[in-house]
Order: sequence, then structure tokens, then C-alpha cells
Amino acid sequence: MYKKNDYSAYAYVLPAASVLLIFHIFPVIYSFMLSVHQGTLKHPMKTYIGVGNYAAILEDVNFWKSMLNTVWFALSSVPMGIIIALAIAMLLNQKIKGLAIYRTVYYLPVVTSIAAVALVWKWLFDVKFGLFNQVIQWAGLKPMGWLQDSTGVFEFMASIVGLGIPETYLMFEPGFMREMVYGLMHGPSIALCSITIMSIWKGLGYNVVIFLAGLQNIPTGLYEAAEIDGANAWQKFKNVTWPLLAPTTFFVFIMSTISSFQVFVQIFMMTPFGGPERSTSVAVFYLYEKAFKTFEFGYASALAYVVFFVIFIMTLVQRKLGDGQTHQGV
Amino acid sequence: MIKSNKKLKQAKSLGIHSLLIVGAFMMAFPFLWMMLTSFKSSQEVINVDQWFPKEKIYWQDTKKGNEDFQVEIIEDYGEAAKIKFFIRRDPIIVDKSQLTKKTWLFSNFAKAWNKVQPSFGRYFVNTIVIAVVVTAGQVMTSILAAYAFVFFQFPFKNYIFTLFLATMMVPQQVLLIPNYLILSGLGWIDTYMALIIPWLAGVFGIFLLRQFFVQIPMELFEAAIIDGCSKWGFLFRILIPLSKPPIITISIFTFLGSWNSLLWPLVVTNSQEMRTIQVGLSYFSQAEGTEWELLMAASAFCIIPLIVMYIVAQKHFVQGEAGAGLKG
Repeated sequence: MYKKNDYSAYAYVLPAASVLLIFHIFPVIYSFMLSVHQGTLKHPMKTYIGVGNYAAILEDVNFWKSMLNTVWFALSSVPMGIIIALAIAMLLNQKIKGLAIYRTVYYLPVVTSIAAVALVWKWLFDVKFGLFNQVIQWAGLKPMGWLQDSTGVFEFMASIVGLGIPETYLMFEPGFMREMVYGLMHGPSIALCSITIMSIWKGLGYNVVIFLAGLQNIPTGLYEAAEIDGANAWQKFKNVTWPLLAPTTFFVFIMSTISSFQVFVQIFMMTPFGGPERSTSVAVFYLYEKAFKTFEFGYASALAYVVFFVIFIMTLVQRKLGDGQTHQGV
Repeated sequence: MIKSNKKLKQAKSLGIHSLLIVGAFMMAFPFLWMMLTSFKSSQEVINVDQWFPKEKIYWQDTKKGNEDFQVEIIEDYGEAAKIKFFIRRDPIIVDKSQLTKKTWLFSNFAKAWNKVQPSFGRYFVNTIVIAVVVTAGQVMTSILAAYAFVFFQFPFKNYIFTLFLATMMVPQQVLLIPNYLILSGLGWIDTYMALIIPWLAGVFGIFLLRQFFVQIPMELFEAAIIDGCSKWGFLFRILIPLSKPPIITISIFTFLGSWNSLLWPLVVTNSQEMRTIQVGLSYFSQAEGTEWELLMAASAFCIIPLIVMYIVAQKHFVQGEAGAGLKG
């Protein structure tokens, strides 16, 4: 065995290491430094203000609004994305003909540019001439505001059955609590839900492929044994598919959640100014605006660290709980 | 009994296929609608009852920049005709030979292509140059690093590898502001350097290749060295030819990632000459928000190269994705 140290190895690692060090590792520290300073575009680290930016973030109503929007986005897109993808993967796993063709079509949105397809969906959602409103009107219903509608989806659903949302939020002084109570009780805006629909469509194929790989790894013998024992389709799903697929489902769940916390491009393309009443302004969108519209680098760096922290926790959860399991699953 | 069982199976298969076909239609529909819109005239786009492009009459204004106008004949005089415009312009009488009929407006693609400054051609060149260089660079740096991590012993090996892996946890948004400042300090903002150099190495590639290299027996390396093969020789003559599958996977994902990125090029470029397709598209959509036939044509030529690439290299896409996802 070659146990002797071979210093020429550093030469092999150097190209990758220098790029990673300068542009991927050092910036993590630099970003933190920026986040504890206040400054100008020219001198971003002019004055040290300690946790000042972080304190300001916690009091910033717009930050909490964008965090709430991000959470709404994750809560609506992740479970729906998983359920639909699992259903499709299970249909595809029935030894059907034309599997390759179906898989190609379902995977198509994944490989295409999100900026371009976001534009296509913006056109489908167009209030005046978009296809969706056209179909809705044919069905004799009232056209929707889609990307221009800030109505909360709970409020919208309540209004369909003739109900209203109680105005509990008025009990609070204008500010943080009022905004949060209002946001929680009214739900994500129709504009944000429209973007969610598009995002589920875009990411579905990726999850289908992962689920399909997971399903194909379940030994068919288990299903045969279950059948001999007289299990019906639901029992087979509950007792064989679901438990054996758990590591895959967990992987998909964490990965989708992490990427939904980083959503930006479709928001930026479909609602370049954060949507009606800023109801589609998610965390990264807010960060982008703070950094590159108003050039508040310190504040935006602190925002980045808050988002980083949330994602970091989720990654740790995945590493701790998911490691080993996913490997067994494959 | 057996017969009815067979019928049941057929019914089940029919049910599955119809569900899958409905789903596939929903997945593909936005692309079809994009294509249909991209061939329509601006009149047809706002006509909500019309799904397909129909035959239209056009008149070319040879006196004013050869612009094509969609017109309607309101009075027919045999040789000549009185035409009405859809824009604010008085009806005129023209020779019928000047009128042309068109259904599918391929001209929308050329219009969209040249509607931006300098043109989408420039954006394509930028995007392709960046994606190719980034892909080639990342594959090379990843191979070299992974080779050292697997086959060589050196001090701090595991620390360095762990540090590399840790960067996988850092979301891109954290890097955005500091890297913008670093690149400004270097004077690289609005140059190819800013778009390429930070992405010449990637942990995903190093990790994937390392996972592949560790499966190759160490004895192969030792035997080659004893037989007088140099370390370079082993890498280029034995290891790389053996590692085609992971190299293809890394190339595809790096290329796609580079091609599709929006936030990074949006932030580090200012001038129109440096825009990539995605950035160009975002500015185009903000500037021409209502010319949907042109926006859809532009979206189409951004998407079509990817769809073609996907269909050609499909095998690698799906295998790579399933493998990369679960092993990562």
C-alpha cells in the first residue's frame, strides 16, 4: 500500500481548492463580517454595529411577511409535489407499455430553463387574454386575478361558500402582530398560489424519477406475499410500499423543502416587483431587493445568514436522520 | 374465470394509461401553448376564442422600412382592394399583388431575436461560451481533486475533503453579496471572468467522482505505477477512460446549471453585451410585457436547445438524476 505521503497531491487539489476557497469558503466568512457592519456601496464595512442588522431584521415587518410567504410556499408546494409525484410514479411502476415515453414527458419541465417556462406560465395566467381565464369563462365562472390578486386563498375559499374571514387582526396595533395575524388567517395570496402551481409542475418530474427508482427497488416478492395473504391494493400500499419507500420520501421531502426555501427565479420572472401588496415577496426575493436594488449589503448579508441558518438546520436534520437510510433504500 | 380476469387486467391498464395520458398532456401543454402563441399575430394573441393561427392578409409598407402590417380587405375592386389596418392608420387602396397571405408566422422568431440589443445571437454566444468553459473547467478540476483524494496520501486530506463537502450546505444566496464585492474588487464585474471563474470548481463533481473512484481497486493503481506508468499516465490512460459515466453526468448537470442560471449573471453583469439568454429574457419580458407572441418565440428558442439535448442524451439524464439524488 502507498502509505507514504505524496506531496504532489496538493498540485492536483490546488485548482479546485483555490476556486472553492476564494469563491465558496471565504465568502461565507466575508458575508458574516458584512452582516455585522453598516456601510455604503463603496465602503460596505464602514461601521461595526454588532447584531444591529439582525435586531433590525427581527423588527422588520417586511422580513416577517416574506418569511411567512416562504413558509406558505413550502407548505403548499412540498406536500402537493410529493403526493402527485408518488401517484404518478406508482402508475408508472405498473409494468406498463410506453414507460420511457411517459417518463420523458413528465421529466421535460425539469430540464428546461425556469426563467423561460415561468414566462410561459405568466402568459397562461394573464388576466385579460390568458388561457386559464378563457377556460374558466367558458365554464361560466368568474375570471380570476391570478398573479395580480393579493386575496388570501383562505379568504377566497371562504367567499365561495359565502363566508368571510373574521377581522381579528384589527385587535392589534398596526405593525408586526397585525400583519402576521392577517397573513395567517387569510392564507397565501392567490398570486403566490399561482406561482406554487407552476413550481409543482416544474419540479414534478424530478420527484417522479426519484420515486420510481425507489419503487423499483422494492422486491416484487413482498407484493406477491401480500397478495397471497389476501391484501388489497390499499393494504399493499400501507404495509409494503409506504414503509419501504420512507427513506426516499424523506429524501424528497427534505430536498424539496430546502429548494422551496431558496425559490427565486419564478418569483422574479412572474412578479418582478414582489406581486400585489408584496404578497409574492419570498425570503430570497427580499434579499435580492435589499442587496441589489437599495444596496444595503450589511442588512442583506444578515438576511442571507438567517436564510442560511434555516436551511442549515434542515440539512442537518437530513444528514442525521436520513443518512444510512437512503443508502439502504437504494 | 380466466377470461374475466384478463378483461379486468385490460380495464386496469386502460385506466392507468388514460390517467397517465391526461397527466402527460398537462405536463406538455404549456410547451404546446408556447409554440402555438409564438406563431400567431398580435391580433390573434388577444383573440381569446382562437387557439390556432389562421390565414391572415399582410401588406408590406415598402415606403416605410418594409414593415409588415396585418390588414383586412374591406372593399374588393378586383385588381385592387381597400384595406383596413388594425393599428391607427387610415384605410388605403392598394394593388392586390402587394398583399400576401400567411398562417404560421415564422417571422416572430426573427423579430424576437432582433428585438433586444445587441440581439439574442449575442446572448446565445455568451451563454454557450460560459456553459462550455464552466463545464470543461469543472470536470477537469473535479477529476484532478478526486484523483488525489482517492489515490494519494497527504497531510490534512480528510480535513480538506470535509471542508469541501461543507460548501455543499451553503446556499448560493449567501455567496451572492460577498462574491459581488470580491469580483468588484478584482475589477471583473461585467466580464466573462465574473461569469466563469467562480464556477470552475464544484463539490458535486468532486464528490460524485470520488464515489466512483473508490470502487476502482487500489491494486490497479499500484500495478500501473510498478509497471512504470506515471501518475499522469494512470489518470489519463486508465482512470478517465474508465470513468465516462460519472463524467458525462457531471458534464450534463454543470452545463444545465450554467445554462439555466439567472440570479448570478443578473447580479454580476450590467451591459447588454454581457447578458446571458436567461438575463436577456428577463429584461425582454419587463420591457415588452404584452407582446406575448414575441415573448413566447423568445422562450421557445431558449427552451428548444435544451429539449433537443435532453432527448438526445436522455439515458444519461435520468440515470444521473436518480443516482445523484440518492447517493448524494
